[in-house]
Amino acid sequence: MSARTGHGMAPGMTSMVEATIARRRSEGGGALIGYLPVGFPTLSESIDAAVAIANSGVDILELGLPYTDPVMDGPVIQAATQQALANGFRLRHGIEAVAAITAQVNVPVLVMTYWNPILQYGVDRFADDLLAVGGAGLITPDLIPDDSAAWVAASTRTGLDRVFLAAPSSSDDRLRQAVDASRGFVYAVSTMGITGARGDVDSAARVLVDRLRAAGSTSACVGLGISTPEQVREILAYADGAIVGSALVKALSDGGVSAVAALARDLAAGARDIRPTS
Amino acid sequence: MSTSLRTEAGPYFGDFGGRFVPESLIAALDELTNEYGLARQDPAFAAELMELHRTYTGRPSLITEVPRFAAHAGGARIILKREDLNHTGSHKINNVLGQALLTKRIGKSRVIAETGAGQHGVAAATAAALFGLDCVVYMGEVDTERQALNVARMRLLGAEVVAVKTGSRTLKDAINDAMRDWVTNVETTNYIFGTVAGPHPFPAMVRDFQKIIGEEARQQVLDLTGSLPDAVTACVGGGSNAMGIFHAFLDDPDVALFGYEAGGDGAETLRHAATITKGRPGVLHGARSLLLQDEDGQTVESHSISAGLDYPGVGPEHAWLASIGRVTYLPVTDDEAMSALRLLSRTEGIIPAIESAHALAGTLELGKQLGPEATILVNLSGRGDKDMETAGRYFDLLDSGAEQS
Repeated sequence: MSARTGHGMAPGMTSMVEATIARRRSEGGGALIGYLPVGFPTLSESIDAAVAIANSGVDILELGLPYTDPVMDGPVIQAATQQALANGFRLRHGIEAVAAITAQVNVPVLVMTYWNPILQYGVDRFADDLLAVGGAGLITPDLIPDDSAAWVAASTRTGLDRVFLAAPSSSDDRLRQAVDASRGFVYAVSTMGITGARGDVDSAARVLVDRLRAAGSTSACVGLGISTPEQVREILAYADGAIVGSALVKALSDGGVSAVAALARDLAAGARDIRPTS
Repeated sequence: MSTSLRTEAGPYFGDFGGRFVPESLIAALDELTNEYGLARQDPAFAAELMELHRTYTGRPSLITEVPRFAAHAGGARIILKREDLNHTGSHKINNVLGQALLTKRIGKSRVIAETGAGQHGVAAATAAALFGLDCVVYMGEVDTERQALNVARMRLLGAEVVAVKTGSRTLKDAINDAMRDWVTNVETTNYIFGTVAGPHPFPAMVRDFQKIIGEEARQQVLDLTGSLPDAVTACVGGGSNAMGIFHAFLDDPDVALFGYEAGGDGAETLRHAATITKGRPGVLHGARSLLLQDEDGQTVESHSISAGLDYPGVGPEHAWLASIGRVTYLPVTDDEAMSALRLLSRTEGIIPAIESAHALAGTLELGKQLGPEATILVNLSGRGDKDMETAGRYFDLLDSGAEQS
């Protein structure tokens, strides 16, 4: 299976994220992507929690860097990242966390970050430092392809993945642009809104994934509002990956590392053996 | 000057501006950009807005020459543009009526707004009442406490006021929550943004709705004095009243422009909101501009006695005008602003908003530098009624019996 790569990628560089998603698809399921913020509840516990969910069936880690003004995040993640900042989170802790996690587990680690911290750290410097510790790339919730020239150049140079978002409200042209610009996967926003568990994952997600496929995507993962194994199963019937965030953060907050690992195991069960393998 | 500085339409002003927002908002921003583009070409839209300004806002607003105040400014001739006399008490109504008309044109039934001092929130609630729109105003919890009177005004006008309890619980967090609301409810909801910041098209659109201030004032000063002023001054938080009065003068090279930022305890301390004086380039609330941030790009909390200037960012067009040297931006401390507030009250019988008092304080110094031959036009962006509690405490004007009752 050859996953679609973005413009200007150096030939021969394979995205580990794309390979992981493709492998799960070929096994008759899809990828489970788990989000946790660095530094919550402490830096070391956040590392332990990420390792624990990777060892409990999460296929790809999405590590969030706490930021003062997270406009895409709902109350659960806001509270966690605010606590991490109050505890003294620094950007270098994000790099340290990726290093500690990749030293212990083999799952690809993407970093989810708002744009200004990367801009201030230095786009090229961050790309180099992330690559050096084995990070896979960035998910950028407030950076659209239109304004991303510096990051496209840095990720092309380093071979890091760049995950852009696609929304139900995006035009066909913009979906094509997101698919073309992304590497790793395209983050399909399940519903119009912010992060946080929801009872129903919008039927808009299925329509959006269909539209992304029509735009050429072979790697479309759905996020926002997903919290149960049933929802994961439902989404992976049509999407390549399911992204769970707030539910994991809440489990970590309420019951510590063992609770978040237990939830990851349950969610992973929902991600396997959904369709007959072809 | 060979090229005009008045034709910038965004998304970028030099290196500043853009659209750093979640993809979910792009369709709404595109819709707003397109609809605003159409409305600009439509004489009926302009006519409806002008009629509202004539019969509802109270435009054109007066200019008032203030010689007794000017005696404290080295004898320079000082003229105030009286945006404080607008309906709802500040320049904010100029922009809000434009965006409310646009909301009607787009066919949405609900509006949201952020507010710091409450002036934009009151104006948005007013326009919502006038046009029969549902209105939710996001306001930092700290600001709901220091501007309680404006909270009551908004509620009386039928708006829902949400006290934002996240982050620093001030204007920047109110903007975050308004954006989250917009992402979620964008199908029915228009975001009436209050200043010349935020993602495109807000900086250019809000400026266009506010530039009537300078267009009127430029002609009024010409009619009064026979020539253009030597300098135009305004306070700068996000920067909408300043862009509003500066814009008409951008291509007049002999007119110096001065923006006065909130210096809080002093721009050399850690407690200020002097974004252009002390900030660095970065991205906040959808635009690349100057902002107060730490080494990691985390937004730093700003401080000012004036809730309306207490914002760690500034509009991208201001960042650009600063970068090319067309406008000079200087900090004014809380104490300097409060002293100017009292001086204007006692010499001219006009109580300015604390925000506008920053422009007055800067003008007192500027007048001494320019000398008695100079004419200075000051944007008096709002009136001080909302600030009586702050002023009362600051000057110890409230006797304890009155406070207890």
